[in-house]
Amino acid sequence: MNTKTYKPLLIFIAFLFLTLFLLLPLLIIFIGAFSQGFEVFWYSITEPAARHAIFLTLLVVVVTVPLHTLFGLSAAWALTKYRFRGRQLLITLIEIPFAVSPVIAGLVFIILYGVNGFLGEWLHANNLQIIFAVPGIILATMFVTLPFIARELIPLMEAQGSDAEEASLTLGAGGFRTFYHVTLPAIKWGLLYGVILCSARAIGEFGAVSVVSGRIRGATNTMPLHVEILYNEYQFAAAFSVALLMSLFAIFTIVIKQVVERKQQLG
Amino acid sequence: MIVKYYSYFLGGVTVVSILSACNVGGFDEDQSGEVIQDNPTADGDVIELLNVSYDPTREFYDDYNEAFRAYWQEETGDTVTVNQSHGGSGSQARSVLDGLQADVVTLALAYDIDVLQERELLDSEWQSDFPDNASPYTSTINFLVREGNPKDIQDWDDLVREDVEVVTPNPKTSGGARWNYLAAWGYAEDTYGEEEAEDFVTNIYENVTVLDSGARGSTTSFIERGIGDVLLAWENEALLTVHELNAEDFEIITPSVSILTEPPVAIVDSNVQQKGTEEVAHAYLDYLYSDEGQTIAADHYYRPRNEDILADYDDYFPDVELFTIEERFGSWDEAQERHFSDGGVFDQIYAP
Amino acid sequence: MKRTLPGFPLSFGFMMFYMSFIVFIPLIALVWYTMGSGWEAFWNAITDPRLFAALRLSFSASFIAAIINGVFGLLIAWVLVRYDFFGKRIMDGMIDLPFALPTAVAGIALTSLYAENGWIGSLLAPLGIQVAFTPIGVTIALTFIGLPFVVRMVEPVLRSLDQETEEAAGLLGASPFTIFNTVLLPLLTPAILAGMTLAFARALGEYGSVVFIAGNIPMQTEIVPLLIMNKLEQFDYAGATAIATVMLALSFLLLLGANILQWWLSRKLGQKVVDSSR
Repeated sequence: MNTKTYKPLLIFIAFLFLTLFLLLPLLIIFIGAFSQGFEVFWYSITEPAARHAIFLTLLVVVVTVPLHTLFGLSAAWALTKYRFRGRQLLITLIEIPFAVSPVIAGLVFIILYGVNGFLGEWLHANNLQIIFAVPGIILATMFVTLPFIARELIPLMEAQGSDAEEASLTLGAGGFRTFYHVTLPAIKWGLLYGVILCSARAIGEFGAVSVVSGRIRGATNTMPLHVEILYNEYQFAAAFSVALLMSLFAIFTIVIKQVVERKQQLG
Repeated sequence: MIVKYYSYFLGGVTVVSILSACNVGGFDEDQSGEVIQDNPTADGDVIELLNVSYDPTREFYDDYNEAFRAYWQEETGDTVTVNQSHGGSGSQARSVLDGLQADVVTLALAYDIDVLQERELLDSEWQSDFPDNASPYTSTINFLVREGNPKDIQDWDDLVREDVEVVTPNPKTSGGARWNYLAAWGYAEDTYGEEEAEDFVTNIYENVTVLDSGARGSTTSFIERGIGDVLLAWENEALLTVHELNAEDFEIITPSVSILTEPPVAIVDSNVQQKGTEEVAHAYLDYLYSDEGQTIAADHYYRPRNEDILADYDDYFPDVELFTIEERFGSWDEAQERHFSDGGVFDQIYAP
Repeated sequence: MKRTLPGFPLSFGFMMFYMSFIVFIPLIALVWYTMGSGWEAFWNAITDPRLFAALRLSFSASFIAAIINGVFGLLIAWVLVRYDFFGKRIMDGMIDLPFALPTAVAGIALTSLYAENGWIGSLLAPLGIQVAFTPIGVTIALTFIGLPFVVRMVEPVLRSLDQETEEAAGLLGASPFTIFNTVLLPLLTPAILAGMTLAFARALGEYGSVVFIAGNIPMQTEIVPLLIMNKLEQFDYAGATAIATVMLALSFLLLLGANILQWWLSRKLGQKVVDSSR
């Protein structure tokens, strides 16, 4: 099919569309961050409240991602290596957090763990604080990011079938040995891509976290909430600086992803 | 190999978070001033308070917390760290309701504290626990217009003109916006009688194109996005904008009559009892009425209750005829029920 | 028989425990709470004309955004798969940006851009087109967040198709558009639809980026998640959970639809598609 004629036009439209929707917003953030000079930018991302927000955000990632990795591997193993009734339904259920509004994701944890919630009285009596503290923020983030790794792995392992694993078992390798030496190498890039997307989303989650955070400066503020607070304090340059830092992380994850893909093509 | 990459990745994230945490241990101290960190008190206790407040009080309480900390250290030798939480008044009250461990609340309107009282988080007489309706500082609602007042906006009547675009937040979600609404209503009732007040207010909201969820959002829409001809604003926010953000680009217009806004403060009894912070929480709010507290409030463009200090700042605060919510609407509960409840007068404005 | 592989009880058990803790129990609590508030509260909340208006806006803006993403997502996927050009890697990387960029940041940036005094907004204003604070602004924010879905769904399918049929049709004298319509589109449709459904579902629930660019006027530019927030801030938990439950049911149905589409797609095109997608 002779599509060469349309090549420049189609590439132009693609670039135009992406510029309007992706590149210009990024540029706005960049310009905003440096609108008052590099020093303001640097101060905004190194002052104590910002540093605490960065710390908390990364803490959330460090807790969330390994747990989700374990979950993703278990779910993919259980849902692709075996056939049983309700399998398709479970695959759909894993994806639910994708489509649930982040606001609802926050709300459900308030209903469960808030003082007037189902477990509220018990928590209060035992002096345990989940909502408006770090555990609540982590739970809300875990809810929102649950599907990312599992969703990468399930189609991948489905496609690969289980012949290799069965062969390995026949040759006398144990279950975990088989998993480590046969399954894991085959899915490593998909897993890494899932981990990258999951981390990116965990860092950027705003809606769900804003419902359960309590916004205590230096205690329960994550980076997206810190951006909102700075913005509401009319410190636009500082807000964009923190936003830029987050965008840089997003770009960084995308670069990793590209490297991963290139390796995949080579190997 | 995957395990290697994976551990590199997580290891990297962990290292960065530890790096950023390096100073976080001492964070509470260095937020409110270096002095304390340099001279750690040997004998005094370290006490933490949480003040849950609304949006436009951030700068004020940043300064006030430092003053109170110095005062309290001198009085008792204890070190107080006041943590701050800011957001829309209603959503802040909701957080306290759901278990945010606030020692004191300093919100935009009494109704949001009444809600906490209904759930028995504080006593029913909270508004008489402190002088002046438990509002140590007040403000009013006025207009912020663009430089040179191109639409010639002078009073409430100008807001219903068809060529005027008004910016104000959503009264359902913003405490400040409720004051705006009630100020307009009070004016209309005075001028045109009760029958016409609803039409008047409806006409104002028909001129609103962006209904932000909070007062600060509206100010941003007006200043940064260039939306609208006039912003209905707290006097303190308008003064802040003119004095500290873009002095030349905006002007404050004081209407002929407006409302006396009384942002109240209260101690959340059930929380301070559990945490044992009753005494210091009380002192924290009491000190708002001291000369120093009143002066800091005036510096941040709130009208101090202390007449002498108010007089010192008379170039900020022009004389306006002000009515209170009790005079015009009975009480916050009545105003809330009639105007802002689901299906209330405000909802009728947008009813199809 | 697949049951020869070990580890089913362990992996299945952990999966179910984890999902119960993070997703099922919270969602069941939500439905339970809604039922506990009584039918009347539920009925009042879901028959509010404001909810209908918000649903209409959320659905139509999400739908238009999904259509835009369907068209341009197909085009971008086509360009990425079939052409080689300078900047291809950058373009490929940019596609994932909306997944990674925090929604609040995206919202603020888009508003600065499309407000009347922004770069694009100021170009459109003289034409009488207002973008920010209108339903158009909502649509733009939703297009932004849904952008990667269609591209990432269509790309692997497109890559797996051999070009022989197209070439044969070309030799027989069919025009490029006829070839596209009769040969390619039928094969790509399931993937496009699946991507659009995901983008649509994601857009329905989006909050962070939309609140900044929507005018938030009741009956006009108020989206459903904002309505939930409004109810919460008025301490109306029964109303908030009622709307949330309705939204939850809708999301579930949409996802189920998307999954059935995908299943149908992989059946129709065989394992090949899934293989080459990774």
